[in-house]
Amino acid sequence: MSPAPFEYAPAPESRAVVDIASSYGLFIDGEFVDGNGPAFKTVNPATEEVLADISEASAEDVDRAVAAARRAYTKVWSKTSGKDRAKYLFRIARLVQERSRELAVLETLDNGKPIKESRDVDIPLVAAYFFYYAGWADKLSHAGFGPDPKPLGVAAQVIPWNFPLLMLAWKIAPALAAGNTVVLKPAETTPLTALLFADICRQADLPPGVVNIVTGAGEAGRALVEHPDVDKIAFTGSTAVGKAIARSAAGTRKRLTLELGGKAANIVFDDAPIDQTVEGIVSGIFFNQGHVCCAGSRLLVQESVADEVVERLKRRLTTLRLGDPMDKNTDIGAINSAEQLARIRALTDVGDTEGAQRWTAPCDLPAHGFWFAPTVFTNVTQSHRIAREEIFGPVLSVLTFRTPDEAVAKANNTPYGLSAGVWTEKGSLILRMASELRAGVVWANTFNQFDPTSPFGGYKESGFGREGGRHGLAAYLDVA
Amino acid sequence: MNRTSTAVLADAGGRGDVTESDASLRRFLHGLPGVDKVGADARAAALSTRSIKTTAKAYAIDLAISMIDLTTLEGADTPGKVRTLCAKAVHPDPTDPGVPATAAVCVYNDLVGLAKADLGSSGVKVAAVATAFPSGRASLAVKLTDTRDAVAAGADEIDMVIDRGAFLSGRYLQVLDEIAAIKAACGVAHLKVILETGELATYDNVRRASWLAMLAGADFIKTSTGKVSPAATLPVTLVMLEACRDWRDSTGATVGMKPAGGIRTTKDAMRYLVLVNETVGTDWLTPDLFRLGASSLLNDLLLQRHKLATGRYSGPDYVTVD
Repeated sequence: MSPAPFEYAPAPESRAVVDIASSYGLFIDGEFVDGNGPAFKTVNPATEEVLADISEASAEDVDRAVAAARRAYTKVWSKTSGKDRAKYLFRIARLVQERSRELAVLETLDNGKPIKESRDVDIPLVAAYFFYYAGWADKLSHAGFGPDPKPLGVAAQVIPWNFPLLMLAWKIAPALAAGNTVVLKPAETTPLTALLFADICRQADLPPGVVNIVTGAGEAGRALVEHPDVDKIAFTGSTAVGKAIARSAAGTRKRLTLELGGKAANIVFDDAPIDQTVEGIVSGIFFNQGHVCCAGSRLLVQESVADEVVERLKRRLTTLRLGDPMDKNTDIGAINSAEQLARIRALTDVGDTEGAQRWTAPCDLPAHGFWFAPTVFTNVTQSHRIAREEIFGPVLSVLTFRTPDEAVAKANNTPYGLSAGVWTEKGSLILRMASELRAGVVWANTFNQFDPTSPFGGYKESGFGREGGRHGLAAYLDVA
Repeated sequence: MNRTSTAVLADAGGRGDVTESDASLRRFLHGLPGVDKVGADARAAALSTRSIKTTAKAYAIDLAISMIDLTTLEGADTPGKVRTLCAKAVHPDPTDPGVPATAAVCVYNDLVGLAKADLGSSGVKVAAVATAFPSGRASLAVKLTDTRDAVAAGADEIDMVIDRGAFLSGRYLQVLDEIAAIKAACGVAHLKVILETGELATYDNVRRASWLAMLAGADFIKTSTGKVSPAATLPVTLVMLEACRDWRDSTGATVGMKPAGGIRTTKDAMRYLVLVNETVGTDWLTPDLFRLGASSLLNDLLLQRHKLATGRYSGPDYVTVD
């Protein structure tokens, strides 16, 4: 007789820890003000429940925000010592830690990612990035850019919906540490944690205008990056929008850093530590529902172990728990929006048409909300669209190779170059691959690890500029 | 050479017997996939964040109780203490007949007869540590006598220790032969092979020792004697469970697994059960294939069980000390 299955009872995190207002304004010059555009709604992608009405910033609102940032830069922040800027950043970091549960719950409600990830990954990293850059604020003269490097001025920052608060931290922490003021636009589907962050700025007594948050969709973003009085544009998002921004900034004095899409190769050699490799493949592509620009979406596996790796991977995927993101045992949450779900479906349908073999993890999808089960495509070739285009969802394309040369050639054969992974027990092979792969980050025997001390950024159409580490300061200093 | 290991050879593509020499055995064991320590630790840590509540907790508490090898391995053990332990193993909570019995009572060789007489036909097994436990430092003849002695006294299960010195110096064949000899001496008694992972230094060694023990005919592989620190840990248990899973994939045979030492709280026990559930799966969620070697764990499980049923903690005065 087979033993009874061990069914985990629901273990939901309480949503009572956070108060969500029925409507939110823009955060300009230290105050919440109504926007002049039509309000839009932000929904919980796991239930399609409306969470709040959000103000859409018009061009005039953006202008006011940039003017506030300019005023704060000229009158206050550029005259604030590094030591005092550090004081504010440390304060913010501590407040993020104190309010971490609230932030995690809000992030999960608005984004759809599992509470396990917002609680254990996103929010702790947010605090870590603020702590890290707080430490640099009074040491810029020792950062390797010469004595007393100067800030740029007003930074326009536009961030995506996949790691809403973490991307905010990657943008705001180095900008403020270097002495800039910012106007930040969160993605239209995930504005809530940025608005809670605005409250944290007030709680930290950050001078008004140093951080401004404007909400809205593409038009608000365009108004912000095309505003003539911004000195710096930092954008994380799709390559198509990144290219449009680069065109609009061409011929202006604006500095630009872009962190765009990716189609990372996760390369598995036959001597890889197989169980940990399978875990790395899973976290590489199924972490955050695959909504990760550096996701290991192309698995390149050495032919001699391909069948075994794929078989073990599928077995592991059957244990993934998809469902209510607020449940502490959920591994795979909701797709962030109907639009993104449609894009994932369209591209995977192309995978079928092109002749790749689809395998879907057996799991029940909830009746409401936006969901896509973990999916693996085998028999994928280099010419398939699912091997070339960024799907930005829980979909893995498996390709094989025979020699390290072939692995490098296939891995580099993409317009992107954000990240890559190498799995082998042979140290010399890791070093060789790291030097030959055209990717900004190469992980060895791990994947999707982030740390504030480590620079992150892309080659080719994955963008330019680095975020994180000492290198991340350069993007906000007048040192290029 | 038993049949299962022959199947492994066929699977490994070996021409001939991997156990025919130290060199061939070494080639086989060192040909197993490596274990990345950072990754294994991270996987175990990630699984330990599972939140086991309400009905799942009730299920897991009773399952954990039924998997306990209730252990006393002290020089100061007395017949009285073993008697109490046996009574407690059969009826862990005298006020609640719904509490399952533990899987076994685990004692030193000389107390086996006493335990066996007490437990009788209760279904609770008697496990005896043998083979010069815990160090394993004796001649094979002494170890065999120790084993036969325990079996003759009525032990249902023998917990042996491997010769770590031989293993670490690469004399794999000696370790294998010794386990096989003890297995033969066990007769119908089940053999648990203690790897003493706290002395094996690397997870690669843990995986190799697991395969070596299974090749030699182990019914169970067990982490620790409890006399060496660290004893059982989650990542070591993960690596050993993966070995059990891969062994079944290769041979079709199931081998049990027993973490022992350092498992004290209900929370610890839940984490081990989650590890089993998500690594080797439901098939191992039975005392036939998974045991917890522990002494103080039972009381915490009983307290938590009581808390779950009544909504309040009763405190240590409401469970028996031995």
